[in-house]
Amino acid sequence: MNSVTVTSPPGNAPTRHRMTRNEWRNLRNGLLFISPWIIGFLAFLVYPIYYTVRISFTKYTGFGPATWIGLDNYHRMINDPIFWKALWNTVYYTALAVPIGVVVAMGLALCMNQRLPEVPLYRAILFIPSIIPGFALSLIFLILMDPTQGIFNRIITSVGLPGINWFGDPAWVKATFVFMAQFGAGQVALIFLASLKAIPASLHEAAMMDGASAMNRFWNITVPLMTPVILYDLILGLSLGLQIFTQAYIITQGGPIDSSRFYVLYLYDNAFKYGQMGYASALSVVLFVITFVLAALIFWSSNRWVNYDTM
Amino acid sequence: MAKAIIAEATQTAEQFRSQRRAHWMRLFSQQVLPRIILIAVCALFLLPFYWMVVTALKTTPELAKYPPTFFPSALRWSNFRDATHVITFWLYMRNTAIITALTVIASVISNPIIAYGFSRIEWPGRDKVFLLVLATVFVPFPVLIVALFDIFAKLHWVNTYLPLIVPMFFGQAFWIFLMRQFLMGVPREISDAARIDGANEFRIFYEIVLPQALPAIGVISIFAAIYAWNDFLGPLIYLQDASKYTIAVGLAFFRSQHDFQYSLAMAAATIVVIPVIVLFLFFQRAFVEGITVGSIK
Repeated sequence: MNSVTVTSPPGNAPTRHRMTRNEWRNLRNGLLFISPWIIGFLAFLVYPIYYTVRISFTKYTGFGPATWIGLDNYHRMINDPIFWKALWNTVYYTALAVPIGVVVAMGLALCMNQRLPEVPLYRAILFIPSIIPGFALSLIFLILMDPTQGIFNRIITSVGLPGINWFGDPAWVKATFVFMAQFGAGQVALIFLASLKAIPASLHEAAMMDGASAMNRFWNITVPLMTPVILYDLILGLSLGLQIFTQAYIITQGGPIDSSRFYVLYLYDNAFKYGQMGYASALSVVLFVITFVLAALIFWSSNRWVNYDTM
Repeated sequence: MAKAIIAEATQTAEQFRSQRRAHWMRLFSQQVLPRIILIAVCALFLLPFYWMVVTALKTTPELAKYPPTFFPSALRWSNFRDATHVITFWLYMRNTAIITALTVIASVISNPIIAYGFSRIEWPGRDKVFLLVLATVFVPFPVLIVALFDIFAKLHWVNTYLPLIVPMFFGQAFWIFLMRQFLMGVPREISDAARIDGANEFRIFYEIVLPQALPAIGVISIFAAIYAWNDFLGPLIYLQDASKYTIAVGLAFFRSQHDFQYSLAMAAATIVVIPVIVLFLFFQRAFVEGITVGSIK
């Protein structure tokens, strides 16, 4: 594009490349164009994170001055059984919802990848629950899975099985939230489907010539080529799973007996119900660190299982 | 001789049979099984909507019946009117619509500008900074709510729509990514020609590249509308006066009241869900393309 760089004086060492006028202008323009993002990044992400860390060392109700109390909030957390309960609930939910979500979405994508003329219809039906408002879906599930008024128990009891108190039984409530999360699988299934379609047919044909079974081809061709998308979904799913809030806020409010008290619900209550902004900040810092560490672990492990070869 | 012919005939018959079997197996695994799975899952996915509409139409005595009826014996359409009366439903809807419209406007202005800087101009370090943009997708928003609330409270923005809208003027990582992917596909030549003519970069962006990017802008406005319409945590934290509630907060508030009626809740939910479904049905292609962009990498 710019012939200017070619005519740099011969005395210049290639490593000490001097920027031409053109390049300076591009740098300036580039930064100008992205400047809204830089400002937003600093104002709505970097500064709030710094602010959270700072408040987490104080006792602060949201009004009046914050008093410095050092690591007290973190000590309190270690001795707070509800914190541990909330952390356990959240990790339990995420550890089930995310892998199951990958399997469900993969299954749906594989089915939709067949030559069926009515696939667009399936695609639409599967996709819709993932875009309707979470608060509305929560209200619907509250009634759908109501022990007496819900259609699920209506079906179960009509075949003679005992009804289940889905959101009201401590033994079932987290599993019910995991089940509910699968209604968002349509979106991930679409992403998987797009990358399934990108796998060249010639690979499968060649393997078939060599007598590879369908199972064989799935594990040795399809899955390895899908691993980058699976990695992306695992990390995003992890982050979203640890954030679970709306469903629990609307349906259970953390009950029964704290069995669905998820992390963000506890964080929210501390900040906005109990006026414990300092403690809520410490909870935020810990959630941020947990998310980061788990995401880093998945990313680090991806060296062993993600295939970056071009197709 | 005859023996050989018979042997050959049985062999071909066997071959034929095994071919037939393979054919049926393939037909089953490619046509029948996927259909069974998809139809079953689709039925399961439609069940919540069915139950929502059915519950919304039931009369109070029928709602109290046990076991619940699969079909309402009488359709009580007035539940929809009643649902909009027990709470200030249309006020919440209006508030939500205002926030949604402003979110769309802000997103459509900011994301293309930012994405242009990440795609159409070469500058040192650009792709590294872009990785940082992508990394922000994974930051869990709830860890910021305490600080954001306190910061906005100090600015006297709490209980206004500003905390929900102003950040939208600074771009959203996923939408920047979407726009960037699209702009990379617009041919270089059209901006190079304008550069040689001495047009400044903003004019190239505004007059030449932006008109090419209208499909992507459409996708972003749809996503922004859905995002604002569906947002729960933001309005829940920042809006305190009931007169400023969005429908998300209004319905959650309705839920927490003791005379929470299932039929009215489902009628309200139906009215809230319908615009989203209609938007999806009209712009299915945009949704699919927006969701799957960059998945092939």
